[in-house]
Amino acid sequence: MNLRRLPFTREISLGVLVYLYVPVMVLIFYSFNANRTATVWSEASLDWYRKILVNPSIRDATWNSLVLATAAGLGSTLLALAAALGTKNRFRGLAVVEAILNAPLILPEVVVAVATLMLFVAIGIDMGLTAMIPAHIAFCIPFAYLPIRARLEGMNPSLEEAAQDLYANRFVTFRRVTLPLMWPGIMAGFTLAFVTSLDDFLTSFFLSGPGSTTLPVYIFSAIRAGITPEINAISTIMLIVSVALVVTSFLLGKIRR
Amino acid sequence: MSAASPLRRMGLVAPALVIVLALVGVPLAIMAWVSLLERGATIGVTWDSAPSFANYTRLAWEEDFDGTMLLNPTYLIIQLRSVAQAFFTTVLCVLLGLPVALWMSSLSKNQRDIAVLLITIPFWTNLLVRNYAWLIILREDGAVSHFANAVWPFGPVQLLYNDTAILIGLVYSFLPFMILPIYSGFEKFDWRLLEAAYDLGANRRQALTRVVIPLAMPGIIAGSMLVFIPSLGSFVTAAILGGGKSLMMGNLIQLQFGQSRNWPFGAALSVVLLALMMLVLVGLALWRNRQGGKI
Repeated sequence: MNLRRLPFTREISLGVLVYLYVPVMVLIFYSFNANRTATVWSEASLDWYRKILVNPSIRDATWNSLVLATAAGLGSTLLALAAALGTKNRFRGLAVVEAILNAPLILPEVVVAVATLMLFVAIGIDMGLTAMIPAHIAFCIPFAYLPIRARLEGMNPSLEEAAQDLYANRFVTFRRVTLPLMWPGIMAGFTLAFVTSLDDFLTSFFLSGPGSTTLPVYIFSAIRAGITPEINAISTIMLIVSVALVVTSFLLGKIRR
Repeated sequence: MSAASPLRRMGLVAPALVIVLALVGVPLAIMAWVSLLERGATIGVTWDSAPSFANYTRLAWEEDFDGTMLLNPTYLIIQLRSVAQAFFTTVLCVLLGLPVALWMSSLSKNQRDIAVLLITIPFWTNLLVRNYAWLIILREDGAVSHFANAVWPFGPVQLLYNDTAILIGLVYSFLPFMILPIYSGFEKFDWRLLEAAYDLGANRRQALTRVVIPLAMPGIIAGSMLVFIPSLGSFVTAAILGGGKSLMMGNLIQLQFGQSRNWPFGAALSVVLLALMMLVLVGLALWRNRQGGKI
């Protein structure tokens, strides 16, 4: 490897890592600051964490986010699983089907969100969870579909054939052979869809009604109102949850290999 | 389960397809229609108004009192700014992403995995949180501002609520989308080719321009799509770091559905945004095909 002969790649990379991590560190650091102004460090305290734990609007928003993410995760994973099974064999029009299923990945979310808002107003659906759940399911479908599809692609078809040779009917083959083999892909798809829905801000921002604020929507309006250590504390908790999820899936991947 | 019949296949694929078409396709069609209508008094659109291109004309011109059309740059500036911001974000991401991807591919297997993890963690962090972190760093009474003001001799420096702040936030938001595709291209590369280039008397510059960059090109093009598209359509970064002073198209669209309540104009802006994206996607795809022909 003569890569080291290309100068400065190491230095730039370390700089990029600093750029990626310093803002996050600063954010976490100030969440433990006792001072209200959040600029001047006075002393370490957990006051802000205590405050957000008893704040009813934050509790409600967290609950809404979890309900929404669970519904969107389950709904999109089921739809994506069926679609992945249906697209297992190549057929004419497969490219079109996949392009439609993956469209939410490419389309700008702000455009889809306002367009959905117009549709729901036109057909008289009230804003709130009833509007957010279907919209979230729709844009989570590609996030669930891609891992399931990848898993299905890597599967050995002779296993299913062997099961059928041994007189398993279609249903038994699916339940005992196909499904267990696909399980890691299904779990990966669900996790991805769940996290995508949990992190979503724009769609929820346009489609949430009174009483159905999600955590990202709450955080956005709090940021708009001004910088406070409470936002730092919520952000830190969300950060820890995300990092825990990523690191866990990384370690699971290592073990499986 | 082998050799599914077309009917079974339809039954399996249809539900997901119908949901995406009904909740993404139909709304976009309605939006295209609304962009031709007139604004409404209460809910933002007059459904039975006669279709016209008036909302698109408003993007660049405004009608004077006597009916003459005058060029109105307000919205044009926002559209140009969005394209410029997305462009510079992409360029900066290439400039930073290429060396990082190179460095990553020079590590050992275990170190590589950890490097990939380190690059992906920020990408899994909520977008609002990431932009909020920069709000804290760049704010007026923060340490960085004090330092900048102490060093900069030409009067007070405002770090927040301008185009530079948005650019920093956009690069911060989308950099992993550039690093990872370039890196995955390098991962499969036989680095002995680079050694061969040196053996054949190439200097560093030639090795970079003749071997490394052509090799990274597919990754750079893929990464450019992944960075340019979301930057152009971004809302959060400009909303937080632009502070309502420096708008991007996403923010202008949101305003039409918020305070302004001018849905048809917002719909027209959305159609323009989609068209701009299509243009860039097609351009990049054509460029990739040409590159592919060369290699």
